[in-house]
Amino acid sequence: MKFGVVRFPGSCDEHDALLACRRFADAEVLWHKDRDLKGVDAVVVPGGFSYGDYLRVGAIARFSPVMEAVTEFALAGRPVLGICNGFQVLCEAGLLPGALLPNTSLRFLCRDVDLVVENADTPFTRACSRGDVLSIPVKHTTGRFYAPEEALDELERQGQVLLRYADGHNPNGSARDIAGVANRQKNVFGLMPHPEHATDPLAGSADGGRIFESLVAHVEELVAA
Amino acid sequence: MTAVAAHRALGLTDAEYDGIVEKLGNEPNEVELAMFSLMWSEHCAYKHSKRLLRRLPVEGPHLVMGPGENAGAVDVGDGLAVAFKVESHNHPSAVEPFQGAATGVGGILRDVFAVGARPIAILDSLRFGELDSARSRYLLEHAVAGIGHYGNSIGVATVGGEIMFEGPYEQNCLVNAMCLGIARKDRLIRSAAAGVGNLVVLFGALTGRDGIGGASVLASAELGEDDADKRPTVQIGDPFEEKKLLECSLELLDRGLLASLQDLGAAGLTSSSSEMASKGGVGIDIDVSRVPLREADMEPFEVMVSESQERMLCVVEPERLEEVLAVCDKWDVRATAIGEVTDTRRMRVFDGDELVGDMPVVALVDECPLYDLEPAPPEAPLYPPPPRALSADASPEETLLGLLHSPNLAGKSWAFEQYDTLVGSRTVRRRVEGGRSVQSATADAAVLSLAHDGGTGAIAVSIDGNGRRVACDPYAGAVEAVLECAANLACAGAEPLGLTNCLNFGNPEKPHIAWQLERAVAGLADACRALDVPVVGGNVSLYNEGGGGPIYPTPIVGMVGKLPDPETVPGSAFREEGHVIALVGPFEPYVQGSEWHKLNGELAHGLPQVDLQAHAAALAAVRETVRAGTLASVHDISGGGLACTLAECCIAGGIGASVAWKPSDSDVEAASYPALSRLLLFGEGPGGWVVSGPAEAVDAIVGVSVQRLGEVGGETLEMAASAATLSLSVGDLRNAHERGIPDRFS
Repeated sequence: MKFGVVRFPGSCDEHDALLACRRFADAEVLWHKDRDLKGVDAVVVPGGFSYGDYLRVGAIARFSPVMEAVTEFALAGRPVLGICNGFQVLCEAGLLPGALLPNTSLRFLCRDVDLVVENADTPFTRACSRGDVLSIPVKHTTGRFYAPEEALDELERQGQVLLRYADGHNPNGSARDIAGVANRQKNVFGLMPHPEHATDPLAGSADGGRIFESLVAHVEELVAA
Repeated sequence: MTAVAAHRALGLTDAEYDGIVEKLGNEPNEVELAMFSLMWSEHCAYKHSKRLLRRLPVEGPHLVMGPGENAGAVDVGDGLAVAFKVESHNHPSAVEPFQGAATGVGGILRDVFAVGARPIAILDSLRFGELDSARSRYLLEHAVAGIGHYGNSIGVATVGGEIMFEGPYEQNCLVNAMCLGIARKDRLIRSAAAGVGNLVVLFGALTGRDGIGGASVLASAELGEDDADKRPTVQIGDPFEEKKLLECSLELLDRGLLASLQDLGAAGLTSSSSEMASKGGVGIDIDVSRVPLREADMEPFEVMVSESQERMLCVVEPERLEEVLAVCDKWDVRATAIGEVTDTRRMRVFDGDELVGDMPVVALVDECPLYDLEPAPPEAPLYPPPPRALSADASPEETLLGLLHSPNLAGKSWAFEQYDTLVGSRTVRRRVEGGRSVQSATADAAVLSLAHDGGTGAIAVSIDGNGRRVACDPYAGAVEAVLECAANLACAGAEPLGLTNCLNFGNPEKPHIAWQLERAVAGLADACRALDVPVVGGNVSLYNEGGGGPIYPTPIVGMVGKLPDPETVPGSAFREEGHVIALVGPFEPYVQGSEWHKLNGELAHGLPQVDLQAHAAALAAVRETVRAGTLASVHDISGGGLACTLAECCIAGGIGASVAWKPSDSDVEAASYPALSRLLLFGEGPGGWVVSGPAEAVDAIVGVSVQRLGEVGGETLEMAASAATLSLSVGDLRNAHERGIPDRFS
């Protein structure tokens, strides 16, 4: 099992994502100018400020050569995880529903939050149970999940809301406390909290490891089948 | 403008101008005068402080790189070195706080990767006027946003810092930023230009008119009425450009492609090229027509003095140029060969074929006249007493809540939550005030694991200073800054390896400011010697005076230490019902210079002097105790005294405590009862720690005085000190502490 971690100019958390992935499997960097995904089994689009994010978060990264390959990979049903800026990029690329707007405070916010697992029946959450509470930090200025009401109803009906901020923990004003959503097929998942920063109890929490653990179990099951 | 008027406008005295004419053998032209005015400014030449700084100890067993390089470095074992430095960006931040603070971060990051170290952490030390002033709120809000904007976008964690509010910083705020980086020891690079015939390559952002005169006009003069006019002297930061520059520089060094490297900071191309030439004992020719410009029609002198951000200068062997350009291209970083190393020992500036400036390197860099200070203690108090903020008959409860709610002692989550503290996956202990998770609870020093870098153990870092106490007594206040930093490191079990400082003072040409500076440097030097910690580098920021007079003299100290095992770091939160609470160390509180004194509208003259050897021994004992890993919490006593320290331990742990501190007989004789109670509750001073843990862990502490105070438990802080008692719920304590800053914005 090998993870590929995309690196754009301006990526900040790609090293952290690599470290987190390597706790559970192999991992290597995918360069933004390349179209080659090097045979990886799952792609992580990490946090940061891709291409400076001076236009609109994720707007430029979506046009990078590597994202063409990631899009093909995703459309083929392979797992893609977008964290923070990665979530924004996947929304811009049309691989995930909704959009991310500036926090209601209009400020960058770095804080530990509690998340409730809403759907444990996906490649990203299978190591959890529905209702589990995970402590994972958030850090972003633009993380308020938005979609029209009907679209939100549809996301809920289809079980695409995988993680919700626990009561009183919504840091950014996200609609219906949504912290992370998947596409309809559940093979693309984006979340604002940073599971890669929560894989070591010494650093505060290891709850984020459950996401990586889930992905490894999913890929290994596919290989075995 | 005549030449004479021109040199004065650029900050040179008539005598300095005459010196330049003599060294050149003729009148300087526009380019030469601009370059001399910058290199001979206080900011670049340290002309009022260099002789004084020679008193600081600069040798130590762990030293790898001392003062003189872009950043100093210490050995942290396993072939690794940690490079670090603190610098000021005060005047730019007073004029334009967002960009001033942002580029302060950008500049200190470049200093660290210029020596080949990957930046891993930022700390900030900020000073503003009282928060009831709209200007102070504006400066705080925008400086914090600027630090966040730059630090968050570049992938370097902001792991700690301090913010204080005092009237004398109203016009002239302080923004000091410290950066730490890590490198394999054998891969650190110096800035001395080497190899005649080698190429000088400029890489990074375009050169524009931003920041012209930053070092001379802005940094080396007092602020005045026309501050707004100085906005064009403030540089504009672009963290995305710096992120690429950082990765590109480190890859160039990884591939061994550079002979030397230097960042462009104050005085831009002028200082970077001439200092490289000076250190290398060579000359450098630069052709300004080859410098890629942001604005087409810049004059040669403007190109040479521009302080446009996110630029680096390197020396490259000609046959390696193609490889260098290829790496820069990979990172989308612009790179241009703009000159070469010569054997002339002259800085020559060409505009195409035309020679437009020609100066001896030694005259430019090393021969600025140095001035002796003329120190004299002030005859009358320099600073007005602060306004009274607490009624004279306040009860112990009202006093404690007032202290916790005062901006200096209140929780700073409002600011620290705007910074990325996590990126890099090294941060083991960070600022989480009142955090739920005990593991992530706040510690007095930030602790960064070395595991991902191939090292063992962790480093701890802290930044401290208290201008008000230095104003009371420059010598004792400076000693305390060093002790406070070391005390924070001891809380993490870290042994100090090296120290960096930023000396923020007023105009040194005034005798009483010179006196403050001299006494403070003497205090720093004595404290560093007593703790055996070398000063590895730092920065001097003088002329910090606005319309309202000088700032408090504010030496800021940043210290880096090493600890064997981050798992043993206890944090400051009380954890468990029944744990014993003890006061450890040679703590002798006094009210002079304390927050309590300030809230009562008093400013003291003179502070008690401390026995440095006793403090050094206590620091070592606390360090060893922490390393044993048996204590549940350790927190050093600082602002607000014992009562505030206990309150912070309760707030962080979400649990109460019950304590009593009874004075010894001699204390009773020395002070009347109400005064003694106040002293025990709210008095401050170095050398005290509050620890908690199982009784056997507390009993096992050796080599330092230990007084049992009580135990952890319940939902209130119950405290008795001499004749006074107080009782407050943890909820009320937390509310006062958390609301201190937000309430000033509502």
